[in-house]
This record gives sequence, structure tokens and C-alpha cells, in this order.
Amino acid sequence: MQPHERITASIRRANASGRPALVAFMTAGHPDPAGFLPALAAIAGEADVVEIGVPFSDPMADGMTIQRASQSAIAQGVSLRWILDRLAEHDGDGKAPLLLMSYLNPLLNFGYEALARRAAEVGVCGFIVPDLPLEESAPLGEALAAAGVGLVQMVTPATPPARARRLCEASRGFVYAVTMTGITGGAGGLPEGVADYLDALSEMSPLPVCAGFGIRSAEQVRMIGGHAAGAVVGSALVEALEDRQTDVAGFLRGLRGESV
Amino acid sequence: MTIEFSEAEKARLLAETIAGRLPDERGRFGPFGGRYVPETLMPALERLTEGMHRHLADPAFLERFRHELTTWVGRPTPLTEAPNLGRAWGAQVWLKREDLAHTGAHKINNAIGQALLAKLLGARRVIAETGAGQHGVASAAACARVGLPCTVYMGAVDVERQAPNVDRMRRLGAEVHAVQSGDRTLRSAIDEALRDWVSDPAGTYYLLGSAVGPHPYPYLVRELHCVIGRESREQMLAAAGALPDAVFACVGGGSNAIGLFHPMVRDSDVALIGVEAGGRGGGLGEHSATLSRGRPGVLQGCYTLLLQDDDGQVQGTHSISAGLDYPGVGPEHALLQSIGRVSYISASDEDALDALNECSALEGILPALETAHAFAGARVWARRHPGRRLLIGLSGRGDKDMPTLSRFPMEARHATA
Repeated sequence: MQPHERITASIRRANASGRPALVAFMTAGHPDPAGFLPALAAIAGEADVVEIGVPFSDPMADGMTIQRASQSAIAQGVSLRWILDRLAEHDGDGKAPLLLMSYLNPLLNFGYEALARRAAEVGVCGFIVPDLPLEESAPLGEALAAAGVGLVQMVTPATPPARARRLCEASRGFVYAVTMTGITGGAGGLPEGVADYLDALSEMSPLPVCAGFGIRSAEQVRMIGGHAAGAVVGSALVEALEDRQTDVAGFLRGLRGESV
Repeated sequence: MTIEFSEAEKARLLAETIAGRLPDERGRFGPFGGRYVPETLMPALERLTEGMHRHLADPAFLERFRHELTTWVGRPTPLTEAPNLGRAWGAQVWLKREDLAHTGAHKINNAIGQALLAKLLGARRVIAETGAGQHGVASAAACARVGLPCTVYMGAVDVERQAPNVDRMRRLGAEVHAVQSGDRTLRSAIDEALRDWVSDPAGTYYLLGSAVGPHPYPYLVRELHCVIGRESREQMLAAAGALPDAVFACVGGGSNAIGLFHPMVRDSDVALIGVEAGGRGGGLGEHSATLSRGRPGVLQGCYTLLLQDDDGQVQGTHSISAGLDYPGVGPEHALLQSIGRVSYISASDEDALDALNECSALEGILPALETAHAFAGARVWARRHPGRRLLIGLSGRGDKDMPTLSRFPMEARHATA
């Protein structure tokens, strides 16, 4: 199985057992670099897919929570190279497959081919790059594909249908359906029409569709599960990690509606 | 540290630039430019590109734009000879007076052009970012003129150092948001404006103020500012009987510089020289000299030269002038540098202050601190090349800088020169 197929398989496995997949996002090294691997182990033991955020100085698609997390991680010396080196020590056996979510510039500086090799080596199955639209994605996508690593495409409510179809076909791992026009971390609830939007995308996509942005509660995860293969929880989990008293595995079980 | 080209490749890219074939359909100036934005903004950028091409080719739009430039902005702006500076420097010095354009800087050319476009494209509101406040004031004025609500994002550091402009924006009807995230200067203001735009890409028009960002902005902003270079060329031929030997403009994002340079790229005997902010030293975070010291990367929608560390984190910058305090630069400047058509130098905070005082005392014109960098660069060049004809883009007036200037008492020699 190619690394990107591990992501798809994990999501389908969750669906086969009768529940939506839970995709969990954490900013690497936040709130403290020493706690990164233990937190990752706890999250990867519970979630179906883990997105690890590579901090960037100018996170233009992110709200206050992830801006704050990125700044704090950079200030504590977290970089793409540091993350990849730590992941070499992560024991991923029997745990959720990993993706890196990064703005393009840190990847560009690392060099695409070296990045693809190193990512595959340390168990990274895919990348999500929020400032890399389809039209500019070939150089990175091809380098990653050579190592079997996927590049996940994002679709938004502003995307016209013909374009959404192209994005679904180009995506690897899953299709990331942004629930709203806006930045991450919104607390205003999901927009009206999200169910129809997700139904239409799920219908056209050959890959599972996972919805993200503004998902914070078990009720929202359940609602999303009726229309998509999975839900991405980001800012809410980052905030739970910031409160070091929180039992992270329990928090994730709670989002799935299981008893904590 | 820019991209290296063979001589043949340089010649080809220069010819493409002169023929008006850059940016290409993907928004590239050679390797630079492009469109690196969240998917949410892609349909909005495509609508903007389509609408821009349609209206910029429409005689009715161009006539409306020309009419506003003539009767509201006050164009053409004059060309002023500066004989006292010329004597002091051993040169013939001419100034292109964008400081006399409405609202006091070149920024208004782009602001009114884009505000007219926003109205035609059916925008419900306009957002803009600002560094020195000049683009914020110009956007506020242009939006009032065309009848659209305007929100301006401005870094909290800049709100403080350009206080007079904040009050002007509010009186012109704009809402001003002091941005507290990131480095709290121009770059954070752009990040925040992009976040606003992502929230309402269909109804909001982003009136970007420099020749940076995703395609089509570097092209659109250049086209709206090229009036500066076209007028200058004609005025020099009429007043001096010849084109200048060298043309100087300050470069932050590079909008006034590209407007002045672009129409003269074809004039191979005219040296084009951009002057960046050298700040207070050469270390990362001490200056904003992107073209002199940057490496290629992607920031805020565009592949260009950036001030960044080895991990690709964009670095803090410093300049005494808020408008030059930016870690990236317009992609066309990155190209013009890498093919050797424009050279880029830098001037320190101190040199800029000194040049500002000199111009004020000798010619009775107080330039903006941004603009003063162009004077400082021109003075150094003039002394190395005696007896030449210089044209300086006087991109804006310095009244807005009085709070900053009051911290630096004048030296007596300029007071009595």
C-alpha cells in the first residue's frame, strides 16, 4: 500500500465500523516541544488521521488559535526539519496515519525531492498546503507522488462545481472540504447549506470527503458524519492541548460521542 | 541571491517585458509571480482577472479613469527642476511630483482605478491594507468618491507612527482596524486583510496597494501607476530636451517604482535604480532590503524575493519609513533585477533622514520618509557620475511623518544651507 492509500484506508475503516472518521489537527511543538511526541502518540492512538501543523510566520488562512500556536512553536525553535527528525522517533504501528499541514514556503526551502524522501522515511503519508492552489501544485505534487506521498486538495463553498470535480480527481488521501468561506477556528457554527454542499461533493469524489473549519462539538461531528466520510477538528483540539489538564484521548472520544 | 539567468535568457525576458507579454497567463514575470492563495480566493481572483481585462480594454472605463485622474487627482503632476540640489550634487536634478497628487502620494492613481473597477464588478465593500497610511488614505478617499464602504487594516506599530493619517482615513469615512497579530506592521496588515477577504470573497473587493500579492495584482497595480512613467518621459523630453541618464525611485513593495520604471524599460540608455530601506544595519531584522539581501520564496500569494531564515520563516524588518517596512517585493522588480535591467541599492535610515532635510531646506519640498530613500540613493550616484541628468520619483509628501521627524532634531547646516 502506498503511504497516501493508508490515509484513505483508515478513513474507510472508520466508516465501515459505522462512524465518521475523526481527523485531528495539532500544531507541532505547541504548547511545548518536549511534549510533542507524547501528545502525538495519544492523539494518533484515538483519531483516524492526524494532521501535524508546521508552524509558519504568516498563516493567512488561520484564525487566532492557530496563529498563536504557530508563533509560540517558532519562538521555541520548531521547524520542518525538527518535526521530521522527531517523527523518526514516533512509533506509528497500529496508529493513525500522519499528514503534515504546511504553508508552501517552509516546503520550498526544504527542497521538494528531499522533503518527499524524508517524509516517506519517517511515516508521513500526505501533505495539505493551504496556500497552494491546484494550478501551482504540479511541482510539489509530482515530487511527493514519486515517494507515494499524497497531496490533499481543498474544496470550498466558493469553488464552482467544474473546478470542484477537478480538485476531487487530483486529490490524494482524501478531499478536504472547507465548510465555510473563512479562516480556521470559527466559533459561529456551521453555515446553512453545509449538508447539501457535502452531499454534492461526496457524490462527485472518488475519495472520501472530510470536512473541516469551525467543527468543535460531538454534535457537529455527528451532523457532518451524515454527509461526509469524516470531520477535521483543529483549533478546538489545539485549545484543549493548551489547557494541559485536559485528557486529550478523552477529549477526542468525547467528540465521537463516546463516553469520556 | 536571486535566480541566475544566461545572457540569452536575460535578453529574451527583457524583450518579453518590453513587448508587454509579461506577466504571462499564469501571472508570471519569468519565474516570479503566480498565484499562491487559499482555494477560497481562487474564484474571486479569476473573476477579478476577467473583469480587469474586460474593463482595462474598454474605452469607456479608460475615459472615466482618465477623467478622475485629471479632475479629481490633479494629473498630470508637474515635473520640477531642482537647481539647488543639482548644484549641491553636481548634477541636473528633476523631480516627478507625485506628492502633489490628491491625498499627497502616488497611491491615489491605483486606489481610484481599483475603486472604479470594484464598483463595476459589483462589490459591496472594499478592504485595504496600509503601511505608512498613504494607501489607506487614498483608498478611503477613492471609496468615498465612488460610494463604497471601506475598511482599512493597519499594523498597530504603524497606527502609532503615522497617527495623522489614521485620523484622515476616519474622516474620509473608512473604518480603521489596528492589527495586533504578527509583527504589527504592513505585512501583518496584508495577512489580516487576506483573512477578511477569505470570509467574503464574493462581496468584498480587496484593494491591494502595492505591486505585490497574487496575480493579477502586480499587473493591475502597475498598469494603474504607469501614468507616472509615461508623463515623466514626455515631460523630460519637453522640459530638458532629453530623457534622463538615470531614474530613481524608492522600493518597498515597489508600486511607485514600477509605475515610473516600466514605461522606460525600453529606453536602454536610461539607467533605472531602485532604492530600498537599508534601515540601521545588515543583520536580519535590521533592514527591509529584500532585493539586495533576499532569497526566492512564497509570501502573501506571490513567488518573489523574501527576507527569510533557512527554515523559510519570513523575517522581521526594520525601516524608519513604514511604507518600505516589508519583507517581500513585487515580482516584476525581482525579474528586472535578475535580468540586469534595473539595479537596486539601499539607503540607511540616517541617509534618508539627511536627504529629507536637504531637499526640504534646498528646494522647499518636504518629501515622505519613503521617498527620501530615493533622494539618498540619487545623491550617492550623482557624486560618482558628475554632470548627469537625474530624475527622481518624488512619490509622496512628508507631512504624515512629522511625529517621527520630531524625534530627530535638525542639523544646523541644512537650516542655513
